[in-house]
Amino acid sequence: MASMIETKNITKKFGKLKALDQVSVTFSKGECVALLGPNGSGKTTLIKSLLGMVVPDSGEIFFNQKPIKQQWAYREKIGYMPQIGRYPDNMTIAHVINMMKDIRRGSRSVLDEELINSFGLDKILQKKMRGLSGGTTQKVSACLAFLFSPDVLILDEPTAGLDPVSSEKLKQKILDEKEKGKLVLITSHVLSELDDLITEVFYMQEGQVLFHKKLTALIEDTGELKLSKAITSFINNHHSLTVV
Amino acid sequence: MVDIVQNKIVLIYTALLLIISLSIFNLEDSAAKGMLSLLNIILILVPLICIIFSTIYVYNSAEFIELLVSQPLKRKSIWLSLFYGLALSLCIAFFVGAGIPILFYHADSTGIMMILTGIALTIVFVGIALLAGVLARDKAKGIGFSILLWLYFSLIFDALVLFLLFQFQDYPLENVMVVFSFLNPIDLGRIQILLKMDISALMGYTGAVYRDFFGSSMGIIISFLGLAAWIFLPVYFSLRIFRKKDL
Repeated sequence: MASMIETKNITKKFGKLKALDQVSVTFSKGECVALLGPNGSGKTTLIKSLLGMVVPDSGEIFFNQKPIKQQWAYREKIGYMPQIGRYPDNMTIAHVINMMKDIRRGSRSVLDEELINSFGLDKILQKKMRGLSGGTTQKVSACLAFLFSPDVLILDEPTAGLDPVSSEKLKQKILDEKEKGKLVLITSHVLSELDDLITEVFYMQEGQVLFHKKLTALIEDTGELKLSKAITSFINNHHSLTVV
Repeated sequence: MVDIVQNKIVLIYTALLLIISLSIFNLEDSAAKGMLSLLNIILILVPLICIIFSTIYVYNSAEFIELLVSQPLKRKSIWLSLFYGLALSLCIAFFVGAGIPILFYHADSTGIMMILTGIALTIVFVGIALLAGVLARDKAKGIGFSILLWLYFSLIFDALVLFLLFQFQDYPLENVMVVFSFLNPIDLGRIQILLKMDISALMGYTGAVYRDFFGSSMGIIISFLGLAAWIFLPVYFSLRIFRKKDL
């Protein structure tokens, strides 16, 4: 499988705190990876480094085998959905969407407006961003991430704040995109939601990679079928090993 | 990007300037006197509003800037379009609010000089606000910092200069004063307009030195270069910091 994203020993410090500590990882096409870990374990920093928002102190990041340092064009192959999206108050939904289209005018991709329609955003296009609820803003972020059918989707807590129906729609969409052979990275705290979505688990703790495994391998190792249980039992085993 | 700044506050600012300048021109019996009162208000108000509004705007759009950075865009163009958007909308506000009344009541070279200075000051303080916004991560700190900068430029700097003058009154300081005035964009603007108004006699011997220096066409060019440097340097430094900043 061709590697889409590869990091080599990236380290990032914020003051004394090591947010990322020698992280090396490879993500390939067609996978749907869950980025897991306790709060403050460096998940968001890792995502931000991939997007070039945070510049690592050392180490390299490759996108399609090319280093991303000082580059920006590669980002047109990435759709990013932030944890908290905030947009200028005075713009309407239509403005925001059009502006994004404007920014990405150069990219060849076909526009994927499926989510806009299935979320019913097409009916409220003239609403201003200021008046939107948190969940609706989240829907806008999701639509923007999928709009340009990018090769890589990075979703930071995608279902937080969404109602069950919408979050089901979003999950279906993620599944569809995965079937098309795209790389999807998801962080989420709701493990039960990820069960039927993901193929790989990537677990971080204190800036280090604790493990990075195929879901099937994880289930085999631990004998647990549910992701949440599998992870807890893996961590317990892991810890008991280090203690012994 | 430019269409972002169709903000209510900008509209209020425009209306405020409009009311102030119209009422001043109507209250004073001669337009020249009105210009003088308006000058003082503009020199205080324009920097204050520009710097605070821009700083708050930068902080409020922090998440949005973050989102833009994750898009295939150069950081340089994101930051510069933020600057252009802010500067342009505040300049338009100034022109509508103060420029049009000035042109209406006092359309001569002094009036035009005043409009130009006002616009230059607007851009300078947007630039300084961007620098303050990129230096401090914390919103309260950044806004406090920019208020402090405004206080410095409009009050503290003059007090310092006066203090120096009194301390060293036995020495001929007139030429040094010219150099000092380049350290403060507000002073630079004020001197330009006062000289145009032909009341530099009020400023005594220093006024004569100013007249000699700033009155010549060379001086005007140099002082406009000074203002241009005040526009360029803060924006340049803020851009340098922004390009390397972690978001």
